[in-house]
Amino acid sequence: MSRIRTAPPRYWLVLLVVIFFLGFPTVISSFLASEWAQAIILAIAIMGLNILVGYSGQLSLGHGAFMALGAYTSAILVHHYKMDYLVTIPIAAVLTGLVGFLFGVPALRLSPLYLALATFALAVVSPSLIKRPAGLTGGVQGILVLQPDPPDVAREAFAFVTGTAMTSDQWIYYITLFCALVLFWLAWNLARHRPGRAMRAIRDGEVAAAASGINVAGFKTLAFGISAFYAGTAGSLLALSTGFISPDTFPVSLSIQLLVGAVVGGLASIPGPLLGAIFAYFLPIESNQWVPSQTWLPEQITSTVKNAGPAVSYGIILILIMMFAPNGIVGLIRTGYVTVNRRLRGASDPQTGQIPPDTQTV
Amino acid sequence: MQEFLQLVVSGIATGGIFASLALALVLIYNAMGLVNFAQGEMAMLATFVAYSLINRGMSFWIAFPVTLVLAFGGGVVIQRLVIRPVERAPVLALVIITLGLATLVNGLAGFIWGYVPRSFASPFSPDSVDLAGVFVSYRDLGVIAVSGLVLLAVYLLLQRTTVGLTLRAAAHHPEASRLLGVQVSWMLALGWGLASAVGAVSGMMAAPILLLEPNMMQAIIIYAFAAAVLGGIESPLGAVVGGLIVGVTVNLAGAYLPGVGGDLQLAVGLAIIIAVLILKPNGLFGRAAIRRV
Repeated sequence: MSRIRTAPPRYWLVLLVVIFFLGFPTVISSFLASEWAQAIILAIAIMGLNILVGYSGQLSLGHGAFMALGAYTSAILVHHYKMDYLVTIPIAAVLTGLVGFLFGVPALRLSPLYLALATFALAVVSPSLIKRPAGLTGGVQGILVLQPDPPDVAREAFAFVTGTAMTSDQWIYYITLFCALVLFWLAWNLARHRPGRAMRAIRDGEVAAAASGINVAGFKTLAFGISAFYAGTAGSLLALSTGFISPDTFPVSLSIQLLVGAVVGGLASIPGPLLGAIFAYFLPIESNQWVPSQTWLPEQITSTVKNAGPAVSYGIILILIMMFAPNGIVGLIRTGYVTVNRRLRGASDPQTGQIPPDTQTV
Repeated sequence: MQEFLQLVVSGIATGGIFASLALALVLIYNAMGLVNFAQGEMAMLATFVAYSLINRGMSFWIAFPVTLVLAFGGGVVIQRLVIRPVERAPVLALVIITLGLATLVNGLAGFIWGYVPRSFASPFSPDSVDLAGVFVSYRDLGVIAVSGLVLLAVYLLLQRTTVGLTLRAAAHHPEASRLLGVQVSWMLALGWGLASAVGAVSGMMAAPILLLEPNMMQAIIIYAFAAAVLGGIESPLGAVVGGLIVGVTVNLAGAYLPGVGGDLQLAVGLAIIIAVLILKPNGLFGRAAIRRV
């Protein structure tokens, strides 16, 4: 009882967010639930990227390729080997994690710059690599993934709350949410405990970390493996949620979208990936709905905005955030909170009367 | 044998395109220890500018230098507006910013010119000439000549002029140069302008071969990365040699290796990058990196 009373306010916030996401599909349409499921999937992948970039300080621009690996593993297992989809999610995650771990070994020898280069090349090449074994991956045509029907228990519970039957989109939303909750909880634990602290130490000073007895190579490859594990899970869920994957599902722009989400939300933070994912997922969708509805804009502009809008806005946002708020939305909220808190209590720096600047994480 | 030589010659021509872009990457790497992910997109934008100029009735050989000047100005402006405020930021932040720049420029080009591929008329005749039994197209010869001239010009500028000397000094020893009265920040802007112009050459040479569209340089930038890494990312000579090697290798691999054709040629670029980084991280001409602890 006393543990509940003394819980810090942010625990209550987490509880509120979880309840919100649990209840959300009961009040929105099945189509919107599917969109939100994809936003959550993006959040999982971004959390993976966040562990790699934010906590361990290695930049990957090719996480779309890891998502593709997860997605194709699941889709092939379901399509060719008739496995149950739910079983393939952990298989895809573990396989992708292993591949990521192996990728992390040569990555150890690379400077951050070279690693960015190699992973970017991987992201550009991966669609054409996927196309090649056409018998396995379906080539350009891609693979259809049958969406599962919700089990009876879930269907009855959902009908009890909303009075309408549960669609498979809503069921997939809950599968996704479950995975996201588990993975975010794991990431939170990772960040607070020994591995997370070791990774941050490596990020902030590799030599000092090694001198303190941290296994630098081990933790760096571990970060790569974990990060790929998250991306693989996200890819597998993405295949389930969209019901169809092809090489064009995983273009370079997907990797850029992940990076945008990670940077906008805030690197090296736990809520950051969720906020960043919601932003990066809904920005192009909403702008594509909003711009054509503006009748005062000339026809020519509305048609080009549909194609070029996301790229332009992503680019501008990436640059502006890195220039002015390198810790993203979470960093802004945190400084805002600290500032307000100090104003209220009148506790600024006693010497200068100024509030110390935010530390830069990347 | 004849076919082999023909492939080698056309490989050298594409290699010249890669070499120009790789040289642009090396110029910026030398100036600030940063790989500019936006280099290819900047070249693509310059090529679109050239396309518009030619479409307005300008001849290619007037549009070419005009575009180079505009690209130079554009590079300087980008450095002043976007890069200078974050000069001291960690390298990861800078990489993310250049990536944002790449996305932005790509989107802008799509916004202005759309995503429909356009043909970009080559200034060279499509005929071939018989050189000792090897048929070489005038296009390939033209690309080789233009790339060669540009690379020579950059070499002369860097090695034989005062501006080049100051540029190199500012890149290698910013503190000492500043003490000697070199305006380091403006030298960096000059470096960006120069890189942008050199990259624009590769864009204008590539456009007649590929079709002009906003994603045109996406493949070429990978080959240019491969070339720059192979040459040891800080050596201009290495970038040129690397570019030629990558061009010829990719062409030969596409023709002779089973299964490597069409868009899988790009995988050869990735393979070169990874192989060099693992086997010989300093490339052919790079100095061994010394880390002070």
